[in-house]
Amino acid sequence: MSFWTRHQVFEKNSIILIVGILLVVAVGGLVEITPLFYLKSTIEKVDGVRPYTPLELAGRNVYVREGCYLCHSQMVRPLRDEVERYGHFSLAAESMYDHPFQWGSKRTGPDLARVGAKYSDDWHVTHLTNPRAIVPQSVMPGYPFLGKAEVDPDAIAGDMRALRTVGVPYSDEQLANAAADLKAQADPDNAGTDAFTKRYAKAVVRNFDGKTGTPTEMDALVAYLQMLGTLVDFKIYNEKANLR
Amino acid sequence: MSQPSISKSMTIGESGLAVVFAVTAFLCVIASAKALDAPFAFHAALSAAASVASVFFIVNRYFERPAALPPQEINGRPNYNMGPIKFASFMAMFWGIAGFLVGLIIASQLAWPALNFDLPWISFGRLRPLHTSAVIFAFGGNVLIATSFYVVQKSCRARLAGDLAPWFVVLGYNFFILIAGTGYLLGVTQSKEYAEPEWYADLWLTIVWVVYLLVFLATIFKRKEPHIFVANWFYLAFIVTIAVLHLGNNPALPVSVFGSKSYVAWGGIQDAMFQWWYGHNAVGFFLTAGFLAIMYYFIPKRAERPIYSYRLSIIHFWALIFLYIWAGPHHLHYTALPDWTQTLGMTFSIMLWMPSWGGMINGLMTLSGAWDKLRTDPVLRMLVVSVAFYGMSTFEGPMMSIKVVNSLSHYTDWTIGHVHSGALGWVGFVSFGALYCLVPWAWNRKGLYSLKLVNWHFWVATLGIVLYISAMWVSGILQGLMWRAYTSLGFLEYSFIETVEAMHPFYIIRAAGGGLFLIGSLIMAYNLWMTVRVGEQEVQMPVALQPAE
Repeated sequence: MSFWTRHQVFEKNSIILIVGILLVVAVGGLVEITPLFYLKSTIEKVDGVRPYTPLELAGRNVYVREGCYLCHSQMVRPLRDEVERYGHFSLAAESMYDHPFQWGSKRTGPDLARVGAKYSDDWHVTHLTNPRAIVPQSVMPGYPFLGKAEVDPDAIAGDMRALRTVGVPYSDEQLANAAADLKAQADPDNAGTDAFTKRYAKAVVRNFDGKTGTPTEMDALVAYLQMLGTLVDFKIYNEKANLR
Repeated sequence: MSQPSISKSMTIGESGLAVVFAVTAFLCVIASAKALDAPFAFHAALSAAASVASVFFIVNRYFERPAALPPQEINGRPNYNMGPIKFASFMAMFWGIAGFLVGLIIASQLAWPALNFDLPWISFGRLRPLHTSAVIFAFGGNVLIATSFYVVQKSCRARLAGDLAPWFVVLGYNFFILIAGTGYLLGVTQSKEYAEPEWYADLWLTIVWVVYLLVFLATIFKRKEPHIFVANWFYLAFIVTIAVLHLGNNPALPVSVFGSKSYVAWGGIQDAMFQWWYGHNAVGFFLTAGFLAIMYYFIPKRAERPIYSYRLSIIHFWALIFLYIWAGPHHLHYTALPDWTQTLGMTFSIMLWMPSWGGMINGLMTLSGAWDKLRTDPVLRMLVVSVAFYGMSTFEGPMMSIKVVNSLSHYTDWTIGHVHSGALGWVGFVSFGALYCLVPWAWNRKGLYSLKLVNWHFWVATLGIVLYISAMWVSGILQGLMWRAYTSLGFLEYSFIETVEAMHPFYIIRAAGGGLFLIGSLIMAYNLWMTVRVGEQEVQMPVALQPAE
């Protein structure tokens, strides 16, 4: 019996055909994806990476909602020009708590993986409100509505709880103080700022949008942008230890 | 003529589905009342309204229909079910025009950013997923459902399985599109490329998709032909694999069952790999396998020639589906994804060139002995040119997956150009060709209203594609080179914004190309509309058919 006659078993039986399809398409995914969950070399061991603060997380949710990733990548490749333009190439560990990842696939605007601390808060607020006020040639949409939308401090604990379930290591203490921490990070006069900075290493407390009152989505988004790429100290990062 | 012996009663399907929708309506009203955010309340209310409408539709249909369900055969000929096919064809045309229009809008926004109007609902970041979902899943999806329901009936010589089930598939699928699309405008998104719909839309799609698979399979079970026709293998691979990809990429934990926000189970690197395993195979199985099924049925039918090589189609099928699934990591070259995964992805992407071109050759060579028809039949020309575009894109894709090439092309408009040579040239044209065939067949018309208009559509759209892809090639390669350009003193030559500024003329040309493509689709819609409205009825000749063995 030739190969072609044998193949008729697939052509004459839809269940065998489906099983065949499932087996054939399963291989590639199994080989490429499963090892990423257990190979230790997949994610470097790095000091400094922590889960997002409540305000940063609220800002990240704005980033996700507005589809910023469609024009801005968060993944510096280890190529000479990129490292010189944006900074140290991105490590896997730097996005290990990102659900979803926002590496992006297009740079209509520049990469944002290391945009943190590059510009002032004021620059970001003005730029987000009207990009062409600062960069005349920019094609970015304006987001003036972010400054008017308040963030609900009481809602963020639910988000953090969901993230903890999917693997982000928020502590009980961080969950219990979520709403207070969200307000504290955007208000340097807040009594809770010391406790907040103890809970989140390297977190910055500032009035990001320059306005008093409940934090806005502008506060949140700028807080998020200002921390991007700042958690790992590359002066002490040992690349050799993570050769893979 | 009526047979009084049959007493009319609701089928289990009718009564069961009516009860399920009644309960769903009730649950959706509660969800709407308890919703934590406005978009969720809106979607729950929309679902409640749709559920009530479904109950009404089912009951009303029951009262309108004769006591007996439609027969499987009439005078020894299968009694094909064309209703859901007509609906899906209509929706394909509708979503196609909507999707092309949104594409034109976002292309214009990139050329003239003032068109974002500083409004959240129409800013680029929300409209872009609307564009991609409208053209891929709404236009492409409806074309695939319409053609698959047609091809599986004809090639199995059996009536589509189920009575309400096919309607559930087409209506349910389009309701998913409605929820997903309105969600994007309201800021409901997972921001995973091509998998943006949130958890409740994903759940609904899963239900619809399982029913789709069951209808398709059950029709194959009923076949009068011993063999399953090759197009149906591709449709099956498309349906089954899309289900696997959808379930693998989208497991997410909602913050609350009364809110739209969820967090995907995968994070960081694993999420990236899952996402592009999904994303690339949405291309491989939705935009390729499904549309190759169209190629394998509609080109032989239209050219009235048999498929060039049955053996090649067997090799094409298995090699294509085996290799495609590996190709995802080429979207993640030079990222934090481990090198071994990137290398595997690149290797398999290059190998993928072979089955892709095997399929192209099988499609093109089917024209053997009928090449002259390209001069007289613009529909066949559209189908054949689509296969040529397929060949071009499936050469360009493996080339771009080579890491050194990718280091230049990635993150630039070259990717956008590549996608659109595949999407407009291959998927668009093969869909247009299929719809030009399908509409007269499904509505029982002798032919199209005007072949001249098809010719106009062909040339206007082709010109649009050429403008689009060449503008994107130039802008992509230009921007890639500008990013890495150094002065003689060793400094980066261009600031980022200088490279953005350089894109402006090409963004205008691209928008013009997209506009032409949209005009072409409007010509098509008019042509199809007139075909249905004033086309001459075809008289069915009774033919005795022998099963092929």
